[in-house]
Amino acid sequence: MLQAKDIYKRFGESEVLKGVTLNVSRGEVVAIIGRSGSGKSTLLRCLNHLETVDAGSIAIDGQTMVENGPDGRAHYRPDKELRGLLLKMGLVFQDYNLFPHYSALQNVTAAQRMTLRRSPQEAEQRAMLLLEKVGLADKAGEYPCNLSGGQCQRVAIARALAMDPELLCFDEPTSALDPQLTQEVLSVIRQLAKEKRTMIVVTHEMNFARDVADRVIYMDGGRVVEDGAAQDVLGSARSEAIRQFAGEVGY
Amino acid sequence: MHYFNDPHALLQLLRAMRGGIVTTLTIFFATLLISIPLGMVVALLRMSRHKALRLPMSLYILVMRGTPLMLQLFAIYFAVPMLTPFHMDRLVATIVAFALNYAAYFAEIFRGGIESIPVGQYEACRVLGLSKVQTFSHIILPQVVKRVVLPVSNEVITLVKDTSLANVIAVAELFRAAKNEASRAATIEPLFVAGVIYLLMNGVVTIAFSRMNRALAYYKD
Repeated sequence: MLQAKDIYKRFGESEVLKGVTLNVSRGEVVAIIGRSGSGKSTLLRCLNHLETVDAGSIAIDGQTMVENGPDGRAHYRPDKELRGLLLKMGLVFQDYNLFPHYSALQNVTAAQRMTLRRSPQEAEQRAMLLLEKVGLADKAGEYPCNLSGGQCQRVAIARALAMDPELLCFDEPTSALDPQLTQEVLSVIRQLAKEKRTMIVVTHEMNFARDVADRVIYMDGGRVVEDGAAQDVLGSARSEAIRQFAGEVGY
Repeated sequence: MHYFNDPHALLQLLRAMRGGIVTTLTIFFATLLISIPLGMVVALLRMSRHKALRLPMSLYILVMRGTPLMLQLFAIYFAVPMLTPFHMDRLVATIVAFALNYAAYFAEIFRGGIESIPVGQYEACRVLGLSKVQTFSHIILPQVVKRVVLPVSNEVITLVKDTSLANVIAVAELFRAAKNEASRAATIEPLFVAGVIYLLMNGVVTIAFSRMNRALAYYKD
């Protein structure tokens, strides 16, 4: 489904990703954990092309988005082709990034209409189904300023799902929420996992990672330090590095 | 208080100033019609990635905001015909000068508004596959409009009063008409009548903007 190989990324002086390789198969839920500054969010942003990689290759569905040229530097596909490939991926942000001037419903229909050219009726039908799925059908007409953080994040999930992504990425989707609201968002993601959606979730929620993810990746200092089945990485036989990190986040 | 307690004389004065009022309104609306879209273009060029576009716009804004509008009026009415083959009618020269001047102010207001939109809005548009044009016209611009209403209303109120500057190149606008009437009747009262008319115009502007503000209050940032 997704192959990312030897991704390098630097911001000025600091090298944030130092050769990260990540493969995700269809139907798999991958949790990425690690300290702030470990590069996990940057990796996700690189996959979604919000950042450009310096070197390495990314392919989705067997189609290359970017790969190294003979000069050893990353070369992206022409923009037009790239846009099509990027639409196979959705991204849910930490701070939702809903459009404040659009109602919940309009937030979910806007890109369906503008990007996918769906008819207003079709987009609305689809949006209502998804809002129902995230438990917000009754809030369709509300503007984000009148919704709680958890509700906003669920609208954002519906907005991403409306584009029918084959791979859905979450960038610390609950970090801006208090514990109670966190649970309502996590239960939506849990539901999506049950439906066998392919997902990458960058998170600090260790319990969630253990329960929901098929695979857990632990990143540190811009590298993947551990990559394995959730019960192996986070189970009782966990490594010293994970033990220490888990202690820090109170797991 | 000749005009203020004699309705007949007041009516006659207003009749004499009618042409001036029409000219003032012409300058006002023509300036807004040109300077608002022009200001948006200048703002976008001013934020361009390319130095060759950005720097001339910075210079343009500096000159327009940094020199007196009165001087700009003289420059466009007198200097342009001397240096180029273009000769402009007084009213046209006035509108050109006002539009160029106000576009600079609007550009800075729009730039501030655009730059205040969080980068996350652009990122959301990108992951949802929106084009740059769609992103700007559907997502960014509507939010910018809400954020700039207040500073724009300030400029528009100033513009109502600034139209009186056109009298320095002998455009027969409201202030000049009032001045003419004042010297003819040997009293400054017509100038106060003009003052009341400017005030009424700005009353209308104020009401229009507070309505717009209310219409945009359907969401909070």
